[in-house]
Amino acid sequence: MTQHVKLTINGRPYEADVPSRLLLVHFIREVAGLTGTHIGCDTTSCGACTVLVNGTPAKSCTLFAVQTDGANISTVEGLEQGGTLHPIQEGFYEEHGLQCGFCTPGMMMTSIAFLQENPDPTDDEIRHAISGNLCRCTGYMQIVKAVQYAARKMRDEQATPNTADSSAATATEAEVIR
Amino acid sequence: MTTDAAAIGGMGHSVKRKEDARFLRGKGRYIDDIKLPGMLYMDIVRSPYAHANIKSIDASKALALPGVLAVITGKDLDAAGLAWMPTLMSDKQMVLPVDRVVYQAQEVAAVVATERYIAADGVALVEVDYEPLPPVIDPFKALEPDAPLVRPDREAQTNHIWHWESGDKARTDQLFNEAEVTVKEHIYLPRIHVSSIETCGCVASFDKVSGKLTVYMTTQAPHAIRTVYSLVTGIQEHKIRIVSPDIGGGFGGKVPVYPGYVIASVASIQTGLPVKWIEDRSENLQADSFARDYHITAELAAKNDGTMQALRVKTLADHGAFDAAANPSKFPAGLFSIITGSYRLDAAHVEVDGVYTNKPSGGVAYRCSFRVTEAVHTIERMVDTLAQKLQRDPAAVRMQNFIQPDAFPYKSATGWEYDSGNYPAALQKAMEKIDYAGLRREQAEKRARGELMGIGISTFTEIVGAGPSHTFDILGIKMFDSCEIRVHPTGSAIVRIGVQTQGQGHETTFAQIVAEELGLPVENITVEHGDTDTAPYGLGTYASRSTPTAGAATAVAARKIRDKAKKLAGHLLEVSPDDVEWVDYHFQVKGVPGRSVTMKDIAFAAYTNFPPDLEAGLEAVDYYDPPNLTFPFGAYICVVDIDRGTGMVKIRRFVAVDDCGNIINPMIVDGQIHGGLTMGMAPALFEAITYDENGNMQQSNFMDYLLPTAMETPVWETDKTTTPSPHHPFGAKGVGESATVGAPPAIANAVVDALSHLGVTHLDIPITPWKVYQILQEHGAAES
Ligand code: FES
Ligand code: FES
Repeated sequence: MTQHVKLTINGRPYEADVPSRLLLVHFIREVAGLTGTHIGCDTTSCGACTVLVNGTPAKSCTLFAVQTDGANISTVEGLEQGGTLHPIQEGFYEEHGLQCGFCTPGMMMTSIAFLQENPDPTDDEIRHAISGNLCRCTGYMQIVKAVQYAARKMRDEQATPNTADSSAATATEAEVIR
Repeated sequence: MTTDAAAIGGMGHSVKRKEDARFLRGKGRYIDDIKLPGMLYMDIVRSPYAHANIKSIDASKALALPGVLAVITGKDLDAAGLAWMPTLMSDKQMVLPVDRVVYQAQEVAAVVATERYIAADGVALVEVDYEPLPPVIDPFKALEPDAPLVRPDREAQTNHIWHWESGDKARTDQLFNEAEVTVKEHIYLPRIHVSSIETCGCVASFDKVSGKLTVYMTTQAPHAIRTVYSLVTGIQEHKIRIVSPDIGGGFGGKVPVYPGYVIASVASIQTGLPVKWIEDRSENLQADSFARDYHITAELAAKNDGTMQALRVKTLADHGAFDAAANPSKFPAGLFSIITGSYRLDAAHVEVDGVYTNKPSGGVAYRCSFRVTEAVHTIERMVDTLAQKLQRDPAAVRMQNFIQPDAFPYKSATGWEYDSGNYPAALQKAMEKIDYAGLRREQAEKRARGELMGIGISTFTEIVGAGPSHTFDILGIKMFDSCEIRVHPTGSAIVRIGVQTQGQGHETTFAQIVAEELGLPVENITVEHGDTDTAPYGLGTYASRSTPTAGAATAVAARKIRDKAKKLAGHLLEVSPDDVEWVDYHFQVKGVPGRSVTMKDIAFAAYTNFPPDLEAGLEAVDYYDPPNLTFPFGAYICVVDIDRGTGMVKIRRFVAVDDCGNIINPMIVDGQIHGGLTMGMAPALFEAITYDENGNMQQSNFMDYLLPTAMETPVWETDKTTTPSPHHPFGAKGVGESATVGAPPAIANAVVDALSHLGVTHLDIPITPWKVYQILQEHGAAES
């Protein structure tokens, strides 16, 4: 059984007839071809597949694509804007928040949503926020520092608003796949 | 002329990682990201039984499903002579079974289909008729005379695989007979699983026209795999290309050749189309290689004054159904004989017996494959047991028995020659950093109030960096490693290495080695690895061997280039090369700082203006055979608080002083240690793989197998001492697994210390709240 699904990913529309059972993570990876979102467990445990669905972090291995029909999805590929890294990307780079990099996209997406809610967190609050994302390489310390780096930078940016229009160019026409 | 050392980014600089640029943007290329035109998908039928005869396999319903192209069984592979493959340990293992399965989740058949989901549907439709057999689960029972045979295919009709021993038995027994004091413990180190966040998989692609098989594979050792593939299949080695793409964590779990790789390759050869196989997490946890599973009985003999004299150890090693451990071939029990640790001992005798059981093959890896963790845990627990019996402070007993700094190189009681060390300095530093004396006072006060606090020490010695090749080989391939450097005319370079990164940052650190040796800025150096068509032959990355072996090869290759560059410098400066010296990252006329040339100038000359007696070009290759292993060490101190209401152990502080010799990139080394400590804490407190009496694995997902999250992981406090390796070209030692090896006994010792006044002398890991709570209840110390 197939169903028609229309999603916006990183500001760009995607449409396809897909099997009803197609997982959102496979829509993102295989249909949209955005392979930055990873699969580490397929049982909602590791967070490698975390994306933002209408701004809220969700483990895309445990959602069907049809459940998110019409939603706005953000993935790691949408973070860099106009050649400038998102503060969270910069934080992970500066603070050595990644090693193999497999957990990193999910970690960053979770952290971004968390920082929207809590722009000035304690280390413990960060640890709590990312506790649904497993990392086998780093021991989390540098990830916590990376999130603090991003928090600082985002607070600074808030304090001195950038007047330039930062909205990304969005494709206007739906790219119909299949 | 002076050079900005930070701009070069050589040894000792915390250069930010080159590889991050792609990972941060979601542009890594991990195995499941690879998609080739016409690619098929493979999924695997697995056994629900730990031990059973296969009476029949009916694939007709699966084959009738639209999209399913093939179902491959053991009989198909048997016809091609591929039903079995060799392991690294002179055993063989099934790729697909012909008539029997020997562990739960063993591969039974493979379904090849046009789509991932259809392959999975096909798996559900393959009907296998099993006749269950009694399984052998307990390794001690496996040795009883009436135990069912796990491996009737072998000539020796027994579950006993091999006996291995090291040391001087007679002398050890004698010292025990005469000893003033002895202590003895039974120590079990349970099965654990590395669980890198990326599972294993491959994309096999056979080109029917050229006859070339390319396999993209989650492997830590692509060259060794290519050779094994060639030997097993008979395909000429130049027609096999193994590519290790970005790897989402390895930790040793990606060293073995898993059946899925071989079946996918066969499927691609049969169909002429690329075939992708990706494990799911349950398959990864249930069927991929395991670590540990050592049942150890250890005894330590000493004088009443605490002087340690002899160590005697007997071990039963549960290897599962195939002896597929990833050890050097001559070392069935790995480097377990490093068990005398950081201490002077007059004698030691160590025995290990390997046993088959109906479990997946064990003895592979968990960020340490060569049994060093088992050895370190044993000796570090035994030193504490001795201290406890003598009512001495465990730090003092260690200080008393350490191999002294002036005793290196030191020949251990089991024959290893330790290259360098300064154990008292490392422990002293850790004790000062954590305020050991203050903690002991605090503990006494708390104990008087009935509160449970413990302090645990681990002063471990590691052994990493195999070769040397006269002793170490894998299936006969000597354990050297390699590097090839080409300097381009405009002064940038490409470096290709025989080892393979899985997150360690080789693309950065190996560039730093070359930057240091050649004075070229690190940003102008590209490091490539993992493709057997382009990289020089190497044995791969595991067991902390990359820096000791390929790192050394890189420095030596760079120095070969510098030797040639010196001649070119003489030519350019119009003096004899003997009158030229390498100072501050450039060549100058001896004593005349104003007359100098940079490596960039020289590189250009190497292609545009070289003397007639010199070949053009500026490149070198080195195959480095280390003269010895390297012996990193460390002193760890852990403070735990125990909740009397729940038995929960909380790590309050953990100070880790590591010594891995000279450091290439402090930021990366710190990251390695943080990760290693976390993977040391995990089996100490949370992780274990267990089986019920039918051989059902009880932790087949991340809800039952508990990887530490950021919540359980403490803030690690790291520090270092620096004792260079005297035989390594730039004085480095390996570091990747040190912390995983050193941390568990520090934690276990801390918990035992917290409970020692109740008469507890030992606790097996993982030390779960339930285990502790039961002890507290037994002693009336639990809070209700
Ligand atoms: S893959 Fe979705 S949570 Fe692990
Ligand atoms: S960086 Fe490897 S899993 Fe997090």
